[in-house]
Formats: sequence, C-alpha cells, structure tokens
Amino acid sequence: MRRTIPLILTFCVGMYPIFAFFVPHRVVTNINQNLDTYLVIVAAFALPLGVVNLVMSNINKIKKKDKGWFYSVVLIAGLCLMAFYGIMGGDQGFHAHFQWMFENAVSPLQATMFSLLAFYVASAAYRAFRARNVEATVLLIAAIVVMLGRIPIGDMITGGRLTPISEWLMTKPNAAAQRGIIIGAALGAASMQIRVILGIEQTYLGSGKD
Amino acid sequence: MAPFGIPIGVWINAFLTICILSFLYKDNPFFRFAESLFAGMSLGYYIGIVTENTLKPNLFRPMINDFWGNHNFLLVIPMILGVMLYFRYIRKIAWLARIALAVYIGYYVGVYLMQKLHGDILFQARDTIVPLTMGGIEAVWNVVIIVGVFSVLVYFYFSAEHKGALGRVSRVGIWFLMISFGASFGYTIMARISLLMGRFSFLVNTWVRPMISG
Repeated sequence: MRRTIPLILTFCVGMYPIFAFFVPHRVVTNINQNLDTYLVIVAAFALPLGVVNLVMSNINKIKKKDKGWFYSVVLIAGLCLMAFYGIMGGDQGFHAHFQWMFENAVSPLQATMFSLLAFYVASAAYRAFRARNVEATVLLIAAIVVMLGRIPIGDMITGGRLTPISEWLMTKPNAAAQRGIIIGAALGAASMQIRVILGIEQTYLGSGKD
Repeated sequence: MAPFGIPIGVWINAFLTICILSFLYKDNPFFRFAESLFAGMSLGYYIGIVTENTLKPNLFRPMINDFWGNHNFLLVIPMILGVMLYFRYIRKIAWLARIALAVYIGYYVGVYLMQKLHGDILFQARDTIVPLTMGGIEAVWNVVIIVGVFSVLVYFYFSAEHKGALGRVSRVGIWFLMISFGASFGYTIMARISLLMGRFSFLVNTWVRPMISG
C-alpha cells in the first residue's frame, strides 16, 4: 500500500506528458503546463533539504571546535549574507547588494576556481598522455591540433593551415563520435525512464520495506 | 569608499582572485577562506535565484495578489507536495514523502523520455542519415560522419563479444572516440586558459594599472 500508491502515481503522472505530446489539445496542453509549473515549485521546496544538511554539519563542526572550524563560520556567513539579499529582492528584481556580491565575489571566485583547473588538468595530462599505442597517439594529436588551432601561434607556425584542420576535427569526427555517444546515452536513459514509469525501477522510493 | 580611487568591489574581487591563485604555491589559509566563502555564497546565490525566479513569480505573488482568481488557489497543491518532502524526517508519516517524490519523479521521467526520444535520438539520427547527393568533398565528410556514428554505436554494443567484423568496426569507433576525447580535452583546456587570461587581465588592467597611474 505504502509503495503501491506512489508507484501508481508515478505511472499516471509519468504517462501524462507522453499523452500530452501525442494529443496536443488545448485542455491537455494547459494541464501539462500547469503540472510543469507546479513541479518546478515542488523542486524548489527540496532545496532547503540540502541547505539544512550543510548548515547543520557546519554548525556541529563549529560547536565541537573541530580543525578548520573557522572556515565553517566563513561558509555559513557567506551563505546567510547571499541568501538574505537573494530573498530580499523586490518587484523590480534582484536586490542591488545581491548583484553587487555576485559581480564582485561569486563571479570572480568561480572564474578563478575554474581557471585554476587549467594548471591541474594540464599537469595531469602531461603525466597521463603518452603515445603508448595508436589510440593514445590519436587522442594526443587531436588535443594538440585543437589547442594550437585556437591560438594565433598555431596558424603562424603552419601558415594558416591549423585552424581549418582544427575546425574539421571539431565538426566532423568529433561531431560523429558525440552523436554516437548522445544516441547511446539517450537510448540508455529512455530505457531507464520506461522502467521507472512501469514500476520496475523503484530505488527512488528508498529501501524501506513499509 | 575607494582606496587609491579604486572601488571597494574591485579590491574584494582582486583579493579573492589572489587568494584562489595562491593555491598554485600550496594549500594555505587564504585559499581555504576563499574556497569556503565560494561554497557558501554559491549556495546563497542559488537560493536567491530559486526564490526570485521560481518561488516568487510562480507561487508567492499569484497567491498573495489574487488567491481565488485564475485558479491560483490550486497552487496550494504543489505547496503541500513540497512540504510533504519533509515528512521523511517524521518516522510515523515518512512514507507520505514518497507520494511527493513519486509525482515529481514520474512527471519529469515522462517529460525527459519524450525529450530523449524526440530531441536526442530522432534528431541526431535525422542529421546523420542524409542523402550523399550533394557531391564534392561534403559527400565524403558525410560518409565520415555516418561511419563515425555507426562505429561508435557498435563500440557501445555490449551484447556480443567484440570479435571479427564487430571487433574491427568497434576499433574504428575507438579511434573516433579518441579524436573526440582529444578534441574535447583541448577545447576544455583552452576554455580554462581563456578564463585565466580574463582573471590576469582584470588584475593588471582593472586593479594594478589604475593604482600605479593614480
């Protein structure tokens, strides 16, 4: 009973968008759009679940004065400050302080954090990329051609030949492989989604026996 | 407040940038401070975005401005479903959380099923299966794409051992995959380097240069 009702609901609600796709009647489409709006709201309600978990674990760390507890204070302060001004936005949109903090803290932190990865990916690649066999050599050459093809020195060295080769690699063999991956992944995802709708896959309901 | 005539926002921006870059030397308290601030502020930013873009326009404003009009009272349903997600913390009624989860999972599974079938599989297959009548080099490149897609799909076919013809075709698939991984890697590296140049450009042109030139 406690599992059957959710399974029936999953089936009925899951079949509705499929029905709406094949029957684009005004009434059917309206209900589908309302469902979409409603479930975006439900998803938004799930956000505090994660926030509460994060805050509680950091508060425990502060209470116990664990190693690095000061960084937990910084994390919670940053969270509270940003969330406060995020919630305080009026009818005109986001609060001015929220945008200011985004432009002067969140955005540069994010950009610098990602840019830092360039060093680590490059050093990892230096150790991992070895032309041990044909496949590894193909990978290495493709990476070098694409990297040099994106900067002026690549064309300077090769007399302007590298950019077209790099573009060809991106739009032809790369596109073909990506297409194969997308089709394969989509087939896998679709089969999993059919399993969920039909109630074969139930792990999302938890492992409880009740 | 503008030390050296530079806005305080630029100082904070520069300080946090240097804090993060200091990790290139080694792990240090400045980096950990900036890292924790980034984690907290990113989540706070997400809360702000969800509140401003989802909850306010779809739930709070319609319910406060006109509860009975335009069927806005029906918004109580997603509100109840949202609250039901938290029933998992109350042991006696924890199973009710599954109802909210079932509705949520069910709907998006249905939506994504159609998106995957219609938007990914059919769309990609349609762009691959094209007539080779355009002539010239484009026809050759279309053959390359067809061979690539087919061989990659064969490589991901695990229901039979990759021996004989299947093995040879899947090997061609591996080459295509290697080209793709290499190209993706190169592309990612260049995107990261572009970000790094942006940060250095900010430090030099927006922060240091105005300070020196006064």
